[in-house]
Amino acid sequence: MIPVDESRRKFLGTTAAAAGALALGPGVMLYSYAEAKAGSGAGERTIRWGMLVDTTKCASGCTACVDACNTEHNIAPAKLPTDVQWIRKVELKDERTGAVHSMPVMCQHCAEPPCVDVCPTGASFKRADGIVMVDRHTCIGCRYCMMACPYKARSFVHEPTTNKSSVAPRGKGCVESCTMCVHRVDKGGTPACVEACSDAGHRAIIFGDLNDPNSEIAKRVKAATTTQLRADLRTDNGVRYQGL
Amino acid sequence: MAAPALAKPPVLDKAKGEKCVEETSVMRKRHMDFLKHQRDDTVHGGIRGAKHSLAGCVECHANARDGAVLGSSQHFCQGCHEYAAVKLDCFDCHTSHTKSAQASQKRGVPR
Repeated sequence: MIPVDESRRKFLGTTAAAAGALALGPGVMLYSYAEAKAGSGAGERTIRWGMLVDTTKCASGCTACVDACNTEHNIAPAKLPTDVQWIRKVELKDERTGAVHSMPVMCQHCAEPPCVDVCPTGASFKRADGIVMVDRHTCIGCRYCMMACPYKARSFVHEPTTNKSSVAPRGKGCVESCTMCVHRVDKGGTPACVEACSDAGHRAIIFGDLNDPNSEIAKRVKAATTTQLRADLRTDNGVRYQGL
Repeated sequence: MAAPALAKPPVLDKAKGEKCVEETSVMRKRHMDFLKHQRDDTVHGGIRGAKHSLAGCVECHANARDGAVLGSSQHFCQGCHEYAAVKLDCFDCHTSHTKSAQASQKRGVPR
């Protein structure tokens, strides 16, 4: 494994950020928006949306989160490996002990997203609040981000879409992935998968602001040992797993 | 040589609202700029509910028959874009139907 050169990554990051702030009027607003929404008394604190998946509560065979995601974004259930899939259920088995873990895997919303690093057009980007998304207006469908993603979280849309929904515009020729249901989050809601998991009685996924010390997710992350998938890559994922 | 006959302006579906978010003359010329500006604010900044939204266009300009802005030369978006011979890409991804029309549409298998 080649160690990550963090100084280079930081340098590239700050250079890009400086260029963005200079060139883009709206870019400056993004930060002020996130801070303003973060609320009072917290000073310079910004939002970092994240999820915590408790693998001890996630039921094997339950696909409530996947189904909810498909319904929310008008995605057909994946049959082929090339079909669109924003979230999938993964079963891990420890061969020695026989312990089985079931868990959903989706875009991990990295703080240092490799998909953003490789995107040639700037379509793959990270919002000020930590959500990693594809701006499909600028995506050219080159699929570099799919190759770069360590979690295989992204899909390419090969076929024209039907029954378009107003909350999640999707079309042929672009790469897409979990958006942490931005359309809900921006209105103060929770992602569809989190809601479905709770409705199914498992409450295995919780959603919240990792930077808010009073949020449930921040308290849980502080109290228990949680892991980020492939933490060795130091992408600093916004999605964390408990009980792995 | 006789002057070439000009194409007749399209006859389009009437909008629901009393007036548009901007003057009609401004909208004719610059609606694409407004949409593009706001889409960047929305996608990158999460700023929602501003006045220049594509969904807003559809809600008001869709006709009463099928709640759409696309489908025939009479439909608002399609009719004018055909007349102006400008390709209309928005609805490759975005819905061309109002919220109520989407709900009443028979839901087929999504892709």
